[in-house]
Amino acid sequence: MSRELPTVQNGAADQGSGEAGSAGGPPDQPPAVSSGKLMLTLGLAGAIAGLVIVLVFGWADPRIQAYRAKVLREAVQEVLSGPARYETLYVTADGLSPTPPAGVDTVMAEKVFLGYDASDEPIGYAITGSEPGFQDFIFLIFGYDAGRERVLGMKVLESKETPGLGDKIFKDLEFVDGFREAAPPLVGVKPGAGTGDEHEVDMITGATISSRTVIEIINHRIEDLGPLLESGAAAEAAGAAGADDAARTVSVGRESGAGTEES
Amino acid sequence: MRETTAGYDVVRGIWKENPVLVQLLGLCPALAVTNTVANSIAMGLATFFVLVGSSLLVSTFKRWIPHEVRISAYILIIATFVTIADLVLAAVVPLIHKELGAFIALIVVNCMILGRQEAFASKRSVGRSLLDAVGTGTGFMIALLMMGGFREILGNGSLLGFSIFGENFEPWIIMILPPGGFLTLGFILLAFGWWRERRAEVVRIRQWPHGVASREEAA
Repeated sequence: MSRELPTVQNGAADQGSGEAGSAGGPPDQPPAVSSGKLMLTLGLAGAIAGLVIVLVFGWADPRIQAYRAKVLREAVQEVLSGPARYETLYVTADGLSPTPPAGVDTVMAEKVFLGYDASDEPIGYAITGSEPGFQDFIFLIFGYDAGRERVLGMKVLESKETPGLGDKIFKDLEFVDGFREAAPPLVGVKPGAGTGDEHEVDMITGATISSRTVIEIINHRIEDLGPLLESGAAAEAAGAAGADDAARTVSVGRESGAGTEES
Repeated sequence: MRETTAGYDVVRGIWKENPVLVQLLGLCPALAVTNTVANSIAMGLATFFVLVGSSLLVSTFKRWIPHEVRISAYILIIATFVTIADLVLAAVVPLIHKELGAFIALIVVNCMILGRQEAFASKRSVGRSLLDAVGTGTGFMIALLMMGGFREILGNGSLLGFSIFGENFEPWIIMILPPGGFLTLGFILLAFGWWRERRAEVVRIRQWPHGVASREEAA
């Protein structure tokens, strides 16, 4: 088969005899090298490798971040069915605020996006969320009309679900469309087994865990942010009637759900 | 070590000593990401880049890499190329990067790549090492494409995303699951082995009456 194979075995044997301290190695065995030189070689190689990676990262990172921001922008447009404009509201201890809480990184801060239609009426919120799926965390965004209590749409932003099965949570358009106009709390049902109830969402055959995770993320996020969003929607209506930005900051006595990551 | 021609160095990896089909190396990605043709292509290209890059560096610096730490040094070089491939894919083709998920990072532990460094690039000239890497990388790509095509057609009823059998085809879900990878690899190895044996037989018969006397001659 491979004519290199015996050489590999010789190499392994060399290593073994070297460790055993035996002097009688094969003729092509190089002379012993001081450990200082070994450390220097690997240290130098490691430093060069690190430098190269840092340079490539410096080139790649802005592009990766720009792509993520673009994906997020498009996702907000998608789950709110094309709002005329949207504004970013930060989730603070006192409620939703258009200004980020002091001392918090605007990228990492938890936030929701409030979309408006052409006549400047609020359509609904775009909310991000993440939970462990089958392989890794699933990051998604969904649109939610707090006034009518309806999910407007769902889009998976990032996931490492099994290609061909779990990845149907974003490839299977029937599953994705199933979230439109569904009422929380969502209940996952087998495809075809639904009774037409407004809470029901068809799951994916062969991807039960992934599709259930998507449903749970939405339920949990609405549960967490619900009071905030409802009073937000009410304040928004008042705000549209002539109040200033301050009216948008609505107060509810709850801790904001920490650890939600923007993707 | 027998001297080989440059042409043979390329062809060997593609067919005669195909890393997956003959040497049974690099089976982890061959089983894991070959459920669609697109994934097979992306994984094949990323592995090709890492293999060629690593062979180039290892054969260039082989004089300066002490024998005792050579494996660590090879892994360091391979890991650097994998990280570069990972970042570049994420920046340039984010959708494909999303598809392959964690398997890009796992190229580091593809024993096919380390095997070529230890067996070939650390002993031969830069030019020959590059030819060998190109051949082996191409052979790996061919094997992944065979598996990816087989599994996507049966498991999803499509090829490169285009539906083949239409609506009424019930996909064999098992083919895109891990067991489907093992089944596919088994069948492909079976077919490959049968074909090789048969070809040896044909050569032997063609050489009749001289060849029939000794099977070794034909082999």
